[in-house]
Amino acid sequence: MPLELFLDLYSPPCRAIYIFAKKNGIPFEFRPVELGRGEHLKPEFLKVNPLGKVPALRDGDFLLAESVAILLYLSRKYQTAPYWYPPDLQARARVDEYLAWQHTAIQLPATNVYLCKSLLPHFSGQPVDTVRLDRLLGKLKPALQHLDQEVLAAKPFLATEQVSLADLMAFTELMQPTAVGCDLFRDWPRLAAWRARVEAALGPELVQDAHKLVLQPRDPRDAQQDPRLAQELVHRLQERLS
Amino acid sequence: MGLELYLDLLSASCRAVYIFARKNNIPFDFQFVDLLKGHHHSKEYIKINPLKKVPSLKDGKFVLSESVAILFYLCRKYSTPSHWYPPDLHTRARVDEFMAWQHTAIQMPMSRILWIKMLIPMITGEEVPDEKVEQMLAEVKNSMQLFEEKFLQDKMFIAGDHISLADVVALVEMMQPMGGNYNVFLSSSKIAEWRMRVELAIGPSLFGEAHDRLMRLAEWDSSTLDPMVKERICELLQKFK
Repeated sequence: MPLELFLDLYSPPCRAIYIFAKKNGIPFEFRPVELGRGEHLKPEFLKVNPLGKVPALRDGDFLLAESVAILLYLSRKYQTAPYWYPPDLQARARVDEYLAWQHTAIQLPATNVYLCKSLLPHFSGQPVDTVRLDRLLGKLKPALQHLDQEVLAAKPFLATEQVSLADLMAFTELMQPTAVGCDLFRDWPRLAAWRARVEAALGPELVQDAHKLVLQPRDPRDAQQDPRLAQELVHRLQERLS
Repeated sequence: MGLELYLDLLSASCRAVYIFARKNNIPFDFQFVDLLKGHHHSKEYIKINPLKKVPSLKDGKFVLSESVAILFYLCRKYSTPSHWYPPDLHTRARVDEFMAWQHTAIQMPMSRILWIKMLIPMITGEEVPDEKVEQMLAEVKNSMQLFEEKFLQDKMFIAGDHISLADVVALVEMMQPMGGNYNVFLSSSKIAEWRMRVELAIGPSLFGEAHDRLMRLAEWDSSTLDPMVKERICELLQKFK
């Protein structure tokens, strides 16, 4: 049984893993998990990841959750090029530092912006709550400022002189709100330049391929397919964003 | 100048780093950054860590933040025994998996319990609305359940038969609500047993010492609180109303 990756390309960490596997020629079976249909909450998927989240990995009998853990696993098992997770003590520590920090500093607030701008309006049929959106963007601002003015002032990529797992994760996260009209790069020139560098390093075609889904406007008819699910999702989203 | 660790043991992340360094006899200078006095906002500390958070590590000119990164760095630099971060591909992945999950699933909610049950009432004189408290307690309960069912299961420790970084990080975070007299270990005998195993493996005296400041938080005179910190706490309370 080949490696299986359970992914929804609407999810930034899933895109990071997708890009990483493709870029490194890692053979895998793509197992789609449609978050919009609540597939991550169904019993079949919970057997793979009881945490009910994507991405997830299955390698024979071995199950693994958490994108950071999955990226590290793949880099070790398939012995990918050292720049992804550099062997030098301090360089590696910089990558670790970003991968730890980003959970609460980037992923959480960036996801909330995306949920407010795209997912909640899509499922509720209501227009975007712009007051709430501004508040949520405000929460992301200190992290973007830190990256633009402190981290990228000293080097071309987030951890070292070359692209690494840190850049990969950051890129797909920051693309999330950007893809739906909240351009996070607009006010931050170093971040914008970094984005271009990362895209070039990953390969523009691969980046485009991975982001095709999130860049497309959602079809409003999708939300009406299962009104009960839509209502449940709206309730969860309201709670999360309040 | 030797290794410096900038810490306040009130913070779970700091306790993890402190316990690990002491347990492995890693020599370091303990630089106390008093969170209750707002030292993390001082000009001197901002030079060390512009994000104003603890812990930070300073090794010569090299400055590192984030407890998980610091723990991995110490493991590697000081070649600590392999059980702390097992080399086996799958076992290591299990540790990585927990270390990633815990940021939002354990650390955040556990820390919030201390705020809502102890720090906010103590400092502002106001209680957080019951509804919000119930919501947060439910979140913690859910996390503890997932911890038991997915991460611990029937093993002695998270990675298997031996203690690893994951257990240290998990336990110090679950201890945080204790500062506010809230015990998350009561609901599961499996977790309570795991807790004892981890404390024993760390050493009860080191574990106790690391948690002393947290356990004495109730005795703290909140009138000495730095005004900037107090302001932030009052803002926090607004969010919960």
